[in-house]
Amino acid sequence: MTDTTRETRRTAIDGAPAARTGQRWRVIPAPTPPPTRTARRLDLRTTVAVDLGRLAATLSRLLGLGSGGMIGGRLALTLQPQALRRLAIGRRVVMVTGTNGKTTTTQMVAEALRSQAPAVSNATGANMLDGHVAALMTQPDAPFAALEVDELHLARVTAEFEPAVILLLNLSRDQLDRVGEIRTVAASLRRALAQAPGAHVIANRDDPNIVFAAADHPSVTWISGGVRWKNDALNCPNCGAFLGDTDDDWRCSCGLARPAADWTVTATGVLAADGTHHQLRLSLPGHVNRVNATFALAAALRLGCGLDPALARIGRIRQTAGRYDTVRLAGRQVRLLLAKNPASWLEMLDLVSGNGRRLVLSVNSREADGYDVSWLWDVDFEVLRDRWVQVAGDRALDLAVRLRYAGVPVEVVSSVEDAVAAAPDGVPDVIANYTAFRDLVTRSRR
Amino acid sequence: MSREQVRIALVLPDLLGTYGDRGNVIVLAQRLAWRGIGSETVTVLSSAEAVPESCDLYVIGGGEDVAQVAAVRFLHRGPGLRRAVERGAPVLGICGGLQVLGISFVTGDGVRHDGLGLVDAVTEPGSGRAIGEVTTRSTVGGVGLLTGFENHLGRTRVGPDSQPLGRVVRGIGNGHDDAEGVVRGHVVCTYLHGPVLARNPKLADLLLEWAIGEPLEPLPDPPELSALRAERTRVHARNRK
Ligand SMILES: [Zn+2]
Repeated sequence: MTDTTRETRRTAIDGAPAARTGQRWRVIPAPTPPPTRTARRLDLRTTVAVDLGRLAATLSRLLGLGSGGMIGGRLALTLQPQALRRLAIGRRVVMVTGTNGKTTTTQMVAEALRSQAPAVSNATGANMLDGHVAALMTQPDAPFAALEVDELHLARVTAEFEPAVILLLNLSRDQLDRVGEIRTVAASLRRALAQAPGAHVIANRDDPNIVFAAADHPSVTWISGGVRWKNDALNCPNCGAFLGDTDDDWRCSCGLARPAADWTVTATGVLAADGTHHQLRLSLPGHVNRVNATFALAAALRLGCGLDPALARIGRIRQTAGRYDTVRLAGRQVRLLLAKNPASWLEMLDLVSGNGRRLVLSVNSREADGYDVSWLWDVDFEVLRDRWVQVAGDRALDLAVRLRYAGVPVEVVSSVEDAVAAAPDGVPDVIANYTAFRDLVTRSRR
Repeated sequence: MSREQVRIALVLPDLLGTYGDRGNVIVLAQRLAWRGIGSETVTVLSSAEAVPESCDLYVIGGGEDVAQVAAVRFLHRGPGLRRAVERGAPVLGICGGLQVLGISFVTGDGVRHDGLGLVDAVTEPGSGRAIGEVTTRSTVGGVGLLTGFENHLGRTRVGPDSQPLGRVVRGIGNGHDDAEGVVRGHVVCTYLHGPVLARNPKLADLLLEWAIGEPLEPLPDPPELSALRAERTRVHARNRK
């Protein structure tokens, strides 16, 4: 298939709207072949840093202190502050960022790239610089890397090196007491892209905050998959004017506008810019994963992968770092779903609202979750009105009060295990936020 | 007003609704519904002409600086909110809502903006963000102990024309004396998220009684709400950063 990319229209973010001469298209030349797997010579300092980092990782693993990757990456970065830059030389790196779907999409990109050549990845959520170094250290000769990056850290990455492809998935409110507000994040992504003019950007045209971040980049492929959570994009991210319903095309008086779609996600697959439709047969559930898969596919094609082999590999992914996985907990099979913020809760509630399974929700408010749980009131739990729901976690009481006000019959339980152990036959669904989910995954592996 | 249908205005949620503030309206409507009283939520977006003056109760949330400045510009456009307040309609302002309802506020860039002056309060940036659980003791309308979560840079001085909503037991609050929030007549402002009315049902009922103009029959707190209040006023010292 043809990979078409819209050339930049110099819009207008920093000045008057440029004259529009209609859409200009160009066909991207055949993607360059992947770099050959010749061992690249690292400088001495980086080699030593990597060797010692690996040693530390191995020791940490042997001592049972965890997977060791983070410690190894951190040590290597301390010994060689330029480790990231050096390890990235000669590789084609795909960076994946956005509020939701980073880990899943990163794994999809890595798998798709492996249809062509080895790819390293940090698809475990270690998404700051030390996690990137740790991932790149694992196979210094792998020609590809798929790395998820924290939204506020992309600018630090592009200050170090220019990735081949950058994926901007979506932006919505998340841990406001920790991460900060959307506008700050969108502005930071915009700066990050300005530092990487040679990268190819794959961005969500249905999210005005992402459009704001990517609009001026010279090389963007726009994905249209729809956005369910709209409450962070009612107003123009550039000038603050009211945008109205962003399901339709919009154009702000400041010049920011919804770009035309290169890829459109459908109910069964994806429609490419050349009009061809491709079925997406995924093991992962829901529309949200068809959107993630489309981002991954666009990245893989950009780097020279074949469509069918890439799709086949994406389709085989059954779980990412425990998400969507059916695991054993308290002697029972349960399905684990992760929801961290209002936008991802909407997606997960949508996934479970139609089925009749027992439903357990678990919410914590530790540092990695954010201490404030006011966001529970941004989630439309009203869709669960016909269900009986059990709640657990550090903030079970906040959740119970929220559900009570939503008219949802609710029971507070001491743990998810207690709830599922007492459940009748069937596979209960458990939706948990970040640390609650992480702890469940750990306990399920015991 | 007619007791048939209480009209609750959610003011500018597109600009000032970052921290679950919509939840305050959910709580108000549901507490009426549990008593068999109907309500209508009037959502006033920044695409509207102005704030209608005919609602029975107004809720304004918080947001970031740019949004807050856009909100105050919008609110200055019409007399709706001021007239409603003169008529005695209750207004709840949260965080940024507190700041825009005051006399003035200074944004992070050092620019001073005129607020609506519905409460006697002046806000300036503090040295760092106040983030964490808060407990205050209020003398207003018998609401007693208030619990919430604060996350704000502004420090607010309450002037002689108004009084604080509560005295800080734990947390930062306004950052001057031990005051938290500001009240004048039926205009109640606070930095407390949570949302504040979800965690503090007495304050919710006080606003509803002001809106309706007569006492409401008491509602027993559901057990998880009593437990939540007990937990939050007990454990927050451990959670504070
Ligand atoms: Zn605009």
